[in-house]
Amino acid sequence: MFFRSACRCHALSAMIIAVAALAGCHQDMYDQPRYEPLEPSDFFGDGRSARPLVPGTVIYGAEMADDVLHTGRSDGELATELPLELDAALLRRGQERFNIYCSNCHGRSGDGNGMIVQRGYRQPPTYHSDRLRGAPIGHFFEVMTNGFGVMPAYSIQVNAGDRWAIAAYIRALQLSQFATLDDVAASERAKLEQAAATPPEDANP
Amino acid sequence: MPQIFHPSMNAIARASIFGAVFIVAGIGWLLFEFYRSSYQTQVGVVRPQPVEFSHEHHVGGLGIDCRYCHTAVENSPLAGMPPTQICMQCHSQIWADSPKLEPVRASFRTGESIAWTRVHDLPDFVYFDHSIHVQKGVGCVSCHGQVDQMPLMWRTETLHMKWCLDCHRNPQPHLRPRELVFSMAPLPQTQATHAEAAEAAQEEPQAQPRAAHAAAASLASADLMKLHQIASPTSCSICHR
Ligand code: HEC
Ligand code: HEC
Ligand code: HEC
Ligand code: HEC
Ligand code: HEC
Ligand code: HEC
Repeated sequence: MFFRSACRCHALSAMIIAVAALAGCHQDMYDQPRYEPLEPSDFFGDGRSARPLVPGTVIYGAEMADDVLHTGRSDGELATELPLELDAALLRRGQERFNIYCSNCHGRSGDGNGMIVQRGYRQPPTYHSDRLRGAPIGHFFEVMTNGFGVMPAYSIQVNAGDRWAIAAYIRALQLSQFATLDDVAASERAKLEQAAATPPEDANP
Repeated sequence: MPQIFHPSMNAIARASIFGAVFIVAGIGWLLFEFYRSSYQTQVGVVRPQPVEFSHEHHVGGLGIDCRYCHTAVENSPLAGMPPTQICMQCHSQIWADSPKLEPVRASFRTGESIAWTRVHDLPDFVYFDHSIHVQKGVGCVSCHGQVDQMPLMWRTETLHMKWCLDCHRNPQPHLRPRELVFSMAPLPQTQATHAEAAEAAQEEPQAQPRAAHAAAASLASADLMKLHQIASPTSCSICHR
C-alpha cells in the first residue's frame, strides 16, 4: 500500500517538473503583444502597424517652413546666399551627403557620369556649364527639394540643413574645376608641381 | 509473484547506470548543437523575398551607400527599410518594364508597403540600437557580414547574447574610423595589408582617400577606444531594459 502511493507521488512530481520545464519553453516573451517598428499588423486594413500621417500633420516643434532655409526662396526669388554659416565642417558634411545621394548619377566630380547613368539612366547636365555656374545657390536647393525634370526629389532622404550643405559643396566642386595654380596654398603647390613633373607610371586614363 | 526481469537484465541495468552519464551528456550535446544549428539561428539561411532585391547588385555592383536606402541608421535605433519611393527614384527609368520589379511598381501605384521578410529579428525583450554602434565606429560588416556579396539577404551571425557580449567585452578589433563604418572592406590590420591597401588605392583612384584613411586609422585603432570614448558596457540593463 505504502509502496503504491509513494509511486504515485513520484509520478506526480515528475509530471509537475515536466510541465514546469515545458512552460519554461514557451515563447511569449520573444514576441510580446506590442508592435516592434515596422511589424505587420492584422488589425489595420493596410497591414501596417506604422500608421501613415494624417494629411496636414505638422511636426511638433518644427519651424514653420516658409523661410529661406526651408524653401530656398526669399520674397519669391531664389536665394543667392547660403542661409547657413559656411565653414569647413559644413563643406565636409556636404561632401559626405553628396557622395551618398547624388554621386550615383552626377558622378563624384559633378560631371554627370555616375554609375546609374552608365546603366542607362538619363544623363544629367554637368555642373560645370556656364548656366549652372551662374545659377543662384537656391536653385540647387530647390532641385533637391522638389526634383527637376526626370530627376527625383531628395527631400525624403536629405533634410533641409544637409541640402544646403550639399549646395555649398556643389559650389566648391564648380570652383575646383576652374581652379588655377594660384588658388592652391603655397605649401601644397610644391607637391602638385612635382606630380606634374613626374609622369604617372601607367598612362591609362 | 512471478519474476518480471530475467537475471540477465542485471548486466543491462548496470550498463545503463554507467551509460546514463553519457546518455544525459549526449542529450545535452544534441540540444546545444540544435540551439546553435542554422535551423535554430538561421545563420546562412536565405529568406525568400517578395522582390528579388540584391545587395550584391546595388551595393557591390553599383556602389550605392547603405544610407541611400537605410536612411535612419545613423541616428535612430532602427536602420529602417526604404520606402518604395526610394526604389522608384531609379527604377522609374531603369528596368522600368522588368517583370521582377512589378511588385515595386504595384506598391508605388497603390501605396501599399512591400512586405519584406525579416532576416534579423531579436526577441522583443532585447533592446538594440543602431545609432550608437554607428557613432562608436562598429561597421555594418561586423554584424551583417559581406552584404555586398549577398544576392539575397541572410544572417551571418547568431544574434545570441553570447555574440553581443563577446564584442562588448572587447570591441577593439571591430572598431573603425567613422568614415569607414559603411564600407564593406575589411580593415587593414598589419603592415603588409597597409601596402596592399595603398596598391588598391592606386588602381582605383576613387578609393584613394578611403584607403589612405584606413591605413592611418588602423595604426590608431587602439586610440579609437579613447577617441570614441568606449566603456565596454556589459551590464544587463543596457540590453534588457
Ligand atoms: C537617379 C539619378 C540622380 C540622382 C541620384 C540625382 N540626380 Fe540630379 N539630375 C538627374 C537628372 C537625370 C537630371 C536632369 C533632369 C532633366 O533635365 O530632366 C538632373 C539634374 C540636376 C540638376 C540640374 C538642374 C538644371 O537646372 O538643369 C541639379 C542641380 C541636380 N540634378 C542636383 C542634384 C543633387 C544635389 C542631387 C543629390 C541630392 C542629385 N541631383 C541627385 C539625376 C539624378
Ligand atoms: C538600394 C537600396 C539599398 C541599399 C543601398 C542597401 N540596402 Fe539593405 N536592404 C534593402 C532592402 C529593400 C532590404 C529588404 C530586403 C532584404 O532583406 O533583402 C534590405 C535589407 C537589409 C538587411 C536585412 C534586414 C532584415 O530583414 O533583417 C540588412 C542587414 C541590410 N539591408 C544591410 C545593408 C547594408 C549593410 C547596406 C550597405 C552596405 C545596405 N543594406 C544597402 C535596400 C538597400
Ligand atoms: C540608385 C539607383 C537604384 C535604386 C535606389 C534602386 N535600384 Fe534596383 N537597380 C538599379 C540598377 C542600375 C539596376 C541594374 C543593375 C545592373 O544592371 O547590374 C538595378 C536592378 C534591380 C533589380 C534586378 C532587375 C532584374 O530584372 O534583374 C531589382 C529586382 C531591383 N533593382 C530592385 C530594387 C528595389 C526593390 C529597390 C528599392 C529598395 C531598388 N532596386 C532601388 C538601381 C537602383
Ligand atoms: C552591433 C551589431 C550591428 C551593427 C554594427 C549593425 N547592425 Fe543592423 N542589425 C543588427 C541587429 C541585432 C538587428 C536586428 C534588430 C532587431 O531585431 O530589433 C539589425 C537589423 C538591421 C536591419 C533590419 C531593419 C531594422 O532596423 O531592424 C537593417 C536594414 C540593418 N540592420 C542595417 C544595418 C546597416 C546599414 C548597418 C551599418 C550602418 C548596420 N545594420 C549595423 C545588428 C547590427
Ligand atoms: C562588433 C561589436 C558589437 C556587437 C556584436 C554588439 N555591440 Fe553593442 N555596442 C558595441 C560598442 C562598441 C558600443 C559602445 C559602447 C560604449 O559606448 O562604451 C555598444 C553599445 C551598445 C548599447 C548602448 C550601451 C549604452 O551604454 O547605452 C546597446 C544597447 C547595445 N550595444 C546593444 C547590443 C546588442 C543587443 C547586441 C547584440 C544583438 C550588441 N550590442 C552587439 C559593440 C557591439
Ligand atoms: C549586449 C546586450 C546584452 C546584455 C548586456 C545582456 N543580454 Fe541577455 N540577451 C541578449 C540577447 C541579444 C538575447 C537574446 C538571445 C537569443 O535570442 O537567443 C538575450 C537573452 C537573455 C535571456 C533569455 C535567454 C533565452 O534563451 O531565453 C536571459 C535570461 C538573459 N538574456 C539574461 C541576461 C542577464 C542576467 C544579463 C546580465 C548579466 C544579460 N542578459 C545581459 C543581450 C544581452
